[in-house]
Formats: sequence, C-alpha cells, structure tokens
Amino acid sequence: MSKPSETAVRSGPAHRTVEIGVALFTAIFALVVIAGSLKAGKDWAFDGPRAGFFPFYIGVSILIASVVNLIRAVIDVPKEKLFADWTQLRRVVSVLVPLAIYVAAISWVGIYLASAGLIAIFMKWLGRYGWLKVAAYSIAIPIIVFIVFEKYFLVPLPKGAIERWLGF
Amino acid sequence: MPRGASTQAIKTKTMQEIANLFGGFATVLEPYNIMLMFIGVLLGVLIGVLPGLGGANGVAILLPLTFSMSPTSAIIMLTCIYWGALFGGAITSILFNIPGEPWSVATTFDGYPMARKGQAAEALTAAFSSSFIGALFAVIVITLVAPLVAAFALRFGPAEKFSVYFLAFCSFIGLSKEPPFKTIAAMMIGFALASVGLDQMTGQLRLTFGFTSLLPGIDFLIAVIGLFGIGEILLTMEEGLRFKGDSARLSLRVVLRTWAEMPKYWFMILRSAIIGCWMGITPAGATPASFMSYGIAKRMSKRGSKFGTGEIEGVIAPEVANNAAGTSALLPMLSLGVPGSPTAAVLLGGLLIWGLQPGPLLFVEQKEFVWSLIASMYLGNIASLIVVMTCVPLFAAILRVPFSIIAPIILVACAIGAFSVHNSTFDIMLILVFGVVGYLLKKCDYPLAPLVLAIVLGNNAEESFRQSLLASQGSPAIFWSNGLVGTIMALGLIALFWPLISNGWSRLRSRPAF
Repeated sequence: MSKPSETAVRSGPAHRTVEIGVALFTAIFALVVIAGSLKAGKDWAFDGPRAGFFPFYIGVSILIASVVNLIRAVIDVPKEKLFADWTQLRRVVSVLVPLAIYVAAISWVGIYLASAGLIAIFMKWLGRYGWLKVAAYSIAIPIIVFIVFEKYFLVPLPKGAIERWLGF
Repeated sequence: MPRGASTQAIKTKTMQEIANLFGGFATVLEPYNIMLMFIGVLLGVLIGVLPGLGGANGVAILLPLTFSMSPTSAIIMLTCIYWGALFGGAITSILFNIPGEPWSVATTFDGYPMARKGQAAEALTAAFSSSFIGALFAVIVITLVAPLVAAFALRFGPAEKFSVYFLAFCSFIGLSKEPPFKTIAAMMIGFALASVGLDQMTGQLRLTFGFTSLLPGIDFLIAVIGLFGIGEILLTMEEGLRFKGDSARLSLRVVLRTWAEMPKYWFMILRSAIIGCWMGITPAGATPASFMSYGIAKRMSKRGSKFGTGEIEGVIAPEVANNAAGTSALLPMLSLGVPGSPTAAVLLGGLLIWGLQPGPLLFVEQKEFVWSLIASMYLGNIASLIVVMTCVPLFAAILRVPFSIIAPIILVACAIGAFSVHNSTFDIMLILVFGVVGYLLKKCDYPLAPLVLAIVLGNNAEESFRQSLLASQGSPAIFWSNGLVGTIMALGLIALFWPLISNGWSRLRSRPAF
C-alpha cells in the first residue's frame, strides 16, 4: 500500500512549466518547418510558387502563435497549478515504457510475440492477475488477431523468427 | 427558359433524386451490406463505450480492413461504426458517470443522477430515442440540402474552393472554446505535417530532411491513431479509472412509458436538433453542440432549476444535439469536401484512398455511391437504435472488464491499425510520438480536431490556394474578385473575429441599460 503518497500534499511538475515547454516545442517545430521551406524555395519560379512557398508561411504562423502562447503561459498560468501529481505521472509512465519497448520489439520479433508480451506485462504488472489468466489472455489474443487479420481480412502483419519457424 | 419549363425541370430533378435514394436503399438492403451494417454498429457502440477508444480513432484503425471491400460496402460499415459510437457514448455517461466520448459529457449531468435514483432504464431509453431523432433530423437535412449545395458548388473555381476551406478553419479559431492562438498553433502544425513529402504541384521533395521514411509523407491515419488513440489511453491512465456503476436492463414497459412522455418535449427536441445541425455543418462539432443545447434547455425549461438532479429533459437535449451535429458533419464533407468533425475527416480520407474525390463532383460522377451512403444513414441509425436498445446489459458487462486487460488490447489494435496503413513499422513508432504529443497538447488545452482536419485537407487547401494565385499572377485580390468568393471570405473573417465581434456587440447593447 502506498499510504505516504495519499496523505502527502499533492506534488508534481507545475502546469506553467509544461505550458512553456509545449510553446517552446511548437516554436522549434516552426523553425524546422521554416528551414525546410527555405531549402525547398519559398518564392516564385517561372511556373508559379515553389514547393516551400505555402509551408514557409505556415511555419511563420506557428512561430507567431507559439510566441503568443509562450507569453500567455508566463503571464496567465498560476504558479501553484499542477500539471499532474507524481502518482498520476507514474501511471502514465507505466504505460509509456512498456509501449516503447513494444514498438521497438515489433520490428524485431514481429507483432504477435510482442503483443503477447505487452498484454502479459499489463495484466501482471498493473492488474496483478494470476499466471494462468495472464497466459490465457496473452496467448489467445494474438491467435485471434492472426485469424481475423491474416486469414479473414488478408492483412499481412509484421512477423519474426517464430512465425518463420512455424512456416508463415 | 419559360417559367413553367424551369419548375418542370426542378420537378424531374427532385423525382430523379428520390429514385436515386430508393436505388441507394436497394443497395444497402443487400444481405452482405446489412451484415456489415450491424457489425459496424456493434463495433461502434463498443468504441463509444470504451474510454480511450474514440470514434475518429476507431474508424482510423478499422479503415485499412475495408481496403479490400467495394467503396460502398466499406463506407456503410465505417459510417455505421460512427453512428454506433455516437449512440454508445450515452451508455457509460448514464450508468457509470464516465463519458465514453467527449460529446456525451453533457449527458452525465442529468443521466447519472437519474440512474442513481433508479431510473437508469428511463434515462437510457430517452437518450437512445433522442439520439435517433437527432440523427434522423440531420439525415433528412442532408438528403434535402446536400444535393443543392453540391449543385451550387459545382460552379466553384480554385479561389472559391480555397475560400470554403478558409471559412471552415476560421470558424474553428473563432468558435472553439480553446484559446485562439492555441487553435492556430495546432491547426498550422497540421498543415505543416500535411506538406511533408512530395509536393503535388512541382513534384519536388520538401521537409523530409533526408529521411527516406518521410518520403511518402505523414498519413493522417497515423496522426489520428496516435493523437486520439494512444493520447487518450495515457489520459485515461493518468486519471486511474475505476468503473463503478449501475447495471440496467430495458424492459418494454419502461421503454413505452418513456416514449409516451417524450412528445411533450417536442419543441425542445426540435430546437436541440436545429442547434445540432447548425453546429455540425459549421465545423464546431458535436461536443459544443451538446453543451449549448443543454445550456439553452436549462434556461428555457420550466424545471430548469432542477437540472443536474436527474431531469429527463437534461438527457434529451444534449443527446438530440450531439447526434444531429455528428450526423450533419457529413453534409459539408459530401457536398463540399470539407468535413465537419475529426471522424468525418477520417471518412473523407477513406474516400480519397478509394479514389473518390469528395465534393460537388461526387454527386455527378458517383451518384450511386452518394445515394447508397445517404440511404445507409437512415438504415444505419435504425440499426443503431435496435442494437443499443437490445444490448445494454452486454455493453455494461464489457465495461466491467478491467482496464488493465482492455488497455493493452486497445494498444495492440492501434499498432495493427497503424502498421496496415502502409505496411511500415516506422508508422508504429510515429504513433508513439503522436501519442505523447497528443497527451501534452490535450493537457495544455490545444484542440486536436483542427490539427487532424488540417492534415487531411492540407494538400487540397494548398493546391487551391496556389492555383488561385497562379491565375491572378500572385495577387491575393483574387479572393475578393467576385461576389461569391468575397462573401465566403468575409464570412470567414467574421467567424475568425467572432469573439471580438460578439463581445463588442453585447457591450453596445448593454450600454443604454445603464
């Protein structure tokens, strides 16, 4: 039981910091878009506007909007407001980490084995189920996926060594 | 043309449209299509019931599955998923106080208190019947208005086309409840993402920075699955959802009693349907429509002060409006090629993949397809009503499956959906990135709908913009060159500055009172 986190005052990153971070991120994105557009050519050629013409102005508008959002984040967002408390963020990370491993694993071992692993991790780690139930779900669902997608809808999905060994 | 001949022409045209509609009904009523309809509705209600799996995302994941079907069958199944999701959102709102979809938030205000008072069955019946009435109203509007709009829009040149896009995007900025500069930032990011890859007009590469994975561009389906799918799961996880709620079974007696009570509220229903249609056609969407309808009903009703404690009117008003809005969002998509909601945008993307160009020409070149789609809207909503009325216990039971089992299954579905768009594992990595971005943007009040709409429409908007400028040798005066384009652009500017205008107007009006 995690009693301390329930009794303690909610703490976590400030909403303002995250807002500022997002505004800076969109500003950087804008600069990348502007740089890319300049490379493609932002002005007119003999046959009309060049490829970078439209994205250049898009980039400029993102930059302007980001600056306004940045200023508003600094002025308007109260300092005490929390983005989320640490318990909440821990829950978000507990999804993100397995998900990142899952995504990396797909191109390596194929989607079926990776999915079985993802379901098992979720059920064991977050749901605290018994091994029998975990095994049942994490084996049954990839098989259902295989039947529905590969057999019925004829959608080929990424496969790894095990599927090759089984002859698919 | 003499007057008699022209009324005669209109008459034959209307007759032709009715014949087309019946042809559409015949197509939809084929057993295969009826089966797809019910599968679609079942999947849709499931999507509507499960938090973390929304309409736009659900349709996006299932879109690649329909590539092997005929466009007509595919659109029937996909729109039925959408109807199902529109209906299903109410189930969780009423039984669990958890809106399955953002547009059913307003339904929780009175729906959940009703369930607490032991009137869950009444609330559900009212919600489903209202959803049906709202949707039906919108479908009738589509049947009558869409062909007229399309016929009118046939005369549009590039400048007029661009002005319609301009109006759509300006209404987003002016009418959404999010801060305008955040809406602009989100929307423009969408446009920027749309322009990655090959430039359609010059054939030149741009914004790829040498990454070969970026050559085909960023598909909007990937963005939708990441932003709405993964992002939503992260948000749900943060809230740490625990489902606690009432179970319900609809008995015929309760259904009939509730139906007998509903005609009393005919005026409110009509008003909510009109609000819904209006908000759906202008791309404000179903969510604000449901709130606005609830707010107005609260102000106008005799029992307004009791709203929030479990009034049936408080369930009817938002449900009529959100389904009317969700359905009528397809009107501008079909007739102008401008979708009124993210899900409509995904459907539009689907049409493009099947080689159908949505817009006025669709009504001329693909008559059979358009009228089958419209016919399927009528039948799909009837199917939805049947499914939700009979399957409430089933869906309530699904909700009791813990999130730690449902979440990984949704994530696997997202990965499969993302992969099957282009058979690329790079896209699966992209949905993770979009997921984190979506989570952060959503938490910071950036709207995601305009971002998605901009990715879908970016290339078309850019093309019409550049074509117009080509025609005018670079002078922006072309957007004011005739009455039509000038009017639409002016409407766009009014929508853009609407908050300022309405603010100034109310100040002017309140001045003499002092």
